[in-house]
Amino acid sequence: MIPALTIENLTKQYAGGFQALKGISLEVQHGDFFALLGPNGAGKSTTIGVICSLVAKTAGKVAVYGTDIDEDFAGAKKNIGIVPQEFNFNMFEQPFDIVVNQAGYYGMPKALASERAEQYLRELGLWDKRHVPSRMLSGGMKRRLMIARALVHNPRLLILDEPTAGVDIEMRRSMWDFLQKLNQEGTTIILTTHYLEEAEALCRNIAIINHGEIVENSSMRDLLRRLHREVFIFDAVDELPDVVEIEGFGVRRVDERTLEIEVEKGQHINEVFAGLSQASIRISSMRNRANRLEEMFVRLVEGAQ
Amino acid sequence: MNFQEQWVALVTILRKEIKRYLRIWTQTLLPSAITMSLYFVIFGSLIGSRIGDMGGFTYMQFVVPGLIMMAIVTNSYSNVVSSFFGSKFNHSVEELLVSPTPNYIILLGYVIGGVSRGLLVAVIVTLVSLFFTDLHMHSFAVVVIIVLMTSILFALAGFINAVYANNFDDISIIPTFVLTPLIYLGGVFYSMDLLPDFWAAVSKLNPLVYVVNAFRYGVLGVSDVSLSVAFGMITVFTVVAWCYSMHLLNTGKRLRQ
Repeated sequence: MIPALTIENLTKQYAGGFQALKGISLEVQHGDFFALLGPNGAGKSTTIGVICSLVAKTAGKVAVYGTDIDEDFAGAKKNIGIVPQEFNFNMFEQPFDIVVNQAGYYGMPKALASERAEQYLRELGLWDKRHVPSRMLSGGMKRRLMIARALVHNPRLLILDEPTAGVDIEMRRSMWDFLQKLNQEGTTIILTTHYLEEAEALCRNIAIINHGEIVENSSMRDLLRRLHREVFIFDAVDELPDVVEIEGFGVRRVDERTLEIEVEKGQHINEVFAGLSQASIRISSMRNRANRLEEMFVRLVEGAQ
Repeated sequence: MNFQEQWVALVTILRKEIKRYLRIWTQTLLPSAITMSLYFVIFGSLIGSRIGDMGGFTYMQFVVPGLIMMAIVTNSYSNVVSSFFGSKFNHSVEELLVSPTPNYIILLGYVIGGVSRGLLVAVIVTLVSLFFTDLHMHSFAVVVIIVLMTSILFALAGFINAVYANNFDDISIIPTFVLTPLIYLGGVFYSMDLLPDFWAAVSKLNPLVYVVNAFRYGVLGVSDVSLSVAFGMITVFTVVAWCYSMHLLNTGKRLRQ
């Protein structure tokens, strides 16, 4: 199967001399839900910009579904849908026109474009707002409008650059459902996000980019398996004693009803519960102190520095 | 993209452009009608009656072709410069840049959009001028060709300005400090015969001289410059502007990082 995206030794040096990408290589398989993560300024948006032609590369090779962008950029672009980080539509135009016009730029006849625009505006809950000037839409609606616009030509590869930034929890969850459905139907998705729980929930494979270099590229499962330590927070039913100790575990009493317990790789959480029972501490709930991917991300990015 | 897909893309850009300037017609179409009416009243009727004949015609008849051409030039230019810079400013130009639409279709779409506004305003101004004077058409073919060539040339110039502009000031500097002086010094209000030899020679570097005179020939049958030279010069300017605009798009200068 031809990979959805192949990047080989991609380099980008800006006019001022700043090297945003230092020869990165990456492959995303067809049907994947792929996370491209990194701190601000790491090179994620530059990479995406090169793929969709908004940034001119300095060197390297990019191919979308086997089509090299240097040989047939128009052919490659037909397979790409892009949802950028910033709102990039005319705020004075109406959502319906924005989506239909985008279809027109891909050569789609108006009747079909209108049909597709209706389909995606309905699916993304914007049909009632189709004739409202887009500046009147909420932030979440504007993001969904950009998704509808990116999908109107049915791209095989959808690239989303922080699609849920500034979107409320409920809306984010519904966008996750929509994207998962889209992925199950065969669209390859590349996602960049600062919400790491989002990447962990949605993506199967991941690359972490830092200072223009790929510092990690593996499956989400393998990456999380490498996490050596997790910190859990336990909420107690009754007031806790002043000192709580469980053999083999680091325990910190946060307040009269909350404990933080470190669990190293190879230790079992059952042992923690056994220790808590022994100390007659009843637990009402527990959770990770930080998202697991967040722990790993911070470690990798700090390690690279 | 095959031919049909390119045609759809072109029509889409054009439809968007026309819809844009019709939506804001009070800013795009009405001002020219009012300004030209004032020119007709002040220069044509009030001052013109004291100036007397020029080139064998009443002063009003003499200035009308120049004023129509002035409206075409300013509108085709300002349509493209404001629309393309606007789309650069709000980043909606990226909608086009990420699509497979070829660069020449993008340029053609914006240029035809500018031409269509120039032509629409020309019709409006011509209708207004009929309230003040009778217009006789010496050569319809010359009028049509020169109007099309001129609006294409200045739409391209507007495109180049838009690509280089960094802010809204930059899209008004050229029209104010370059285009307007060239129009006023291009023989709209006077015949080149009135100029001393030196300034008449200098005026021949001004593309507006050829545009105004060729159009005046089409309407009145008189011109200060040879028609073939005028067509030749406008063709050269247009080809250069087209090639440079394509170069800007192909290299992504100020459009792509």
